[in-house]
Amino acid sequence: MSSRVLITGLSSYWGGRLAQALEAFEEVEAIIGVDSVEPRIELERTEFVKVSNQHGLLSRIVRAAKIDTVIDTRLTVNSVSASPREAHENNVIGTMNILTACSGDDSPVRQFIFKSSAYYYGSEQDDPAFFRESMLRPHPPRTPLERDIVEAETAVAEFAEKRSDVEVTILRCANVLGPDVDTAFTRMFALPAIPMVLGFDPRIQFVHEDDVFHAMEHCVFHDTPGVFNVAADGVLALSEAASVLGKRTAPILPPWGTGLVAGPLRSLGFKVPSEMLNLLRFGRGVDNRRFKAAGFEYGHTSRETLLKLGEHLRLDPVMRGIEGSYTYEREVEDFLRWSPHVKRKGPSEASGVEADREPLGF
Amino acid sequence: MARSPLVDLADSKELVPAERNAELMSPIEPERTLNDWGRSERIEGFMDRTLFEFLYRYWFRAEVEGIENVPSEGGALLVSNHAGALPPDAGMIAKAIKEEHPRPRPLYLTVEHFFKGYPGFSMLVPKIGGVAAHPANVHRLLYDEEQLVLVFPEGRKGTEKLYKDRYRLRRFGRGGFVEAAMRAEAKIVPLCVIGAEEAMPAFAQISALQKLTGLIYFPITPTFPWLGPLGMMGYLPAKFKIRFLEPIDMAELGGREAAQDKALVQTVAQEVRARIQENLHDMVGKRKSVWFG
Repeated sequence: MSSRVLITGLSSYWGGRLAQALEAFEEVEAIIGVDSVEPRIELERTEFVKVSNQHGLLSRIVRAAKIDTVIDTRLTVNSVSASPREAHENNVIGTMNILTACSGDDSPVRQFIFKSSAYYYGSEQDDPAFFRESMLRPHPPRTPLERDIVEAETAVAEFAEKRSDVEVTILRCANVLGPDVDTAFTRMFALPAIPMVLGFDPRIQFVHEDDVFHAMEHCVFHDTPGVFNVAADGVLALSEAASVLGKRTAPILPPWGTGLVAGPLRSLGFKVPSEMLNLLRFGRGVDNRRFKAAGFEYGHTSRETLLKLGEHLRLDPVMRGIEGSYTYEREVEDFLRWSPHVKRKGPSEASGVEADREPLGF
Repeated sequence: MARSPLVDLADSKELVPAERNAELMSPIEPERTLNDWGRSERIEGFMDRTLFEFLYRYWFRAEVEGIENVPSEGGALLVSNHAGALPPDAGMIAKAIKEEHPRPRPLYLTVEHFFKGYPGFSMLVPKIGGVAAHPANVHRLLYDEEQLVLVFPEGRKGTEKLYKDRYRLRRFGRGGFVEAAMRAEAKIVPLCVIGAEEAMPAFAQISALQKLTGLIYFPITPTFPWLGPLGMMGYLPAKFKIRFLEPIDMAELGGREAAQDKALVQTVAQEVRARIQENLHDMVGKRKSVWFG
């Protein structure tokens, strides 16, 4: 269906991973990735343009490359990984600029996919046990990050309203776990014991990293207008999650004054983001049926996601440093792609990779 | 907060009608110890074999009438009167279904949201089948999962009630429970419990102490606050009688569309309340002794 794709946040985990995945599809004619820093992963035919969130420049790229599908993966969902100012700049101003770049009567964009987060719903005492996409959070956001996420989503929703000819998809992802992704929860689960708030055992739902980028991929190739929760089957109590991982729990956070203790804990190395504190108390579950009804199939349940993570955490000390990490060298990439001396495979040969392989030396 | 226009989009493709999307519900993983509501069969079973067994059989010597009115399949909303500080009635109703029903089913108990704020409580309540009394939760349980759900429409007003007001039903909220049952096209099973009022009579409510301690209410009972928090569990051995009344089928009353009809909802709520009140009077009138039945 779609053929010319723009991925924002190419240098982030999601952008890079998605670009790599889309490269395999022949029907994707062009993949262009933008970010303010250079990507760290190996890309075959994705073109990287270094540009920050300036809508003027983005708008020119969109129009020049006749982009029809924009996938916005850059939302910051961890307040520890960025300062509140950076997070606001990225989540609110950045989203606004990208939306501006896609609007206008001459805009070729027909599909806009926005990766959001289940932090949109917050986590409060009087929440329903399973949030559906049509439900609103019962109280206004408490932390700056949640406020930014709500604001960004509102901007996307307004864009959807104004541009009825653009298919807008919002994916609200539950807490992501996996061997490669770095989130507050993967860090917490890597600790020797799982910290908990004394007297609370929240229900939390997870999603595997592979399922998240498969979800974005699914939206590129299918008709999926609207909001969707992206969360694996199964909501686990935190204590249950710990036992699946084979770890102990440590109820070290006091039920009163949790925020006060979280500060010193951060300096000790357990970097708990403020938006996670409520989650550790009240938890959150979402209803994932709408996305399943749209034809998506999850590869992992919440429990399987945790089992996979547990395996990875046990293997990690053994495997560390074995695989050399790839570094993106702009000049080398440019040489490989554009130099006339490099013998490149034509598009017809590209599919016949198997045939090109040297036979094993018998 | 501005209502997102995409929300309407989400609504227009409602998941509910016709087939229940049963195949889209999370599959049951046999390796898990809890279900998605946080309910633990192990902890529930343990409580059932120990505390509830003792209370049901020996302490309250519960007697059950009309158990056949509890449907053996499909979603059903059990509506009961409520009394006593930290009331034992919910546990006894669940136990009655387990013991007397030919096809015992788990019972979900709706609890007010404030339980989630209390350390300790918030861990235990979901494990033994407590679910926050949110309309969305009740709908999911009744419609999507076809479970038995117990509600106390009197809510906190019932537990705050003093001994002198025993067996007088308080207002039945705003009829939210009827609306929930209608939207889910489930049955409503009214039921009466007597004995709970005498098991833990509250003689006074001290609002100043309630504010000081931050509890939801601060009752004066024969054992509380004299024995400290444990006094909350000090039940007198009153004889328990539970009577399940004839179910009312919401599908016959018009089902989902009828939920929009506020007048009908109120009428049904009044009707349920009247039936419970009438049967309570009947049961109390026939009771010769509070302690021996």
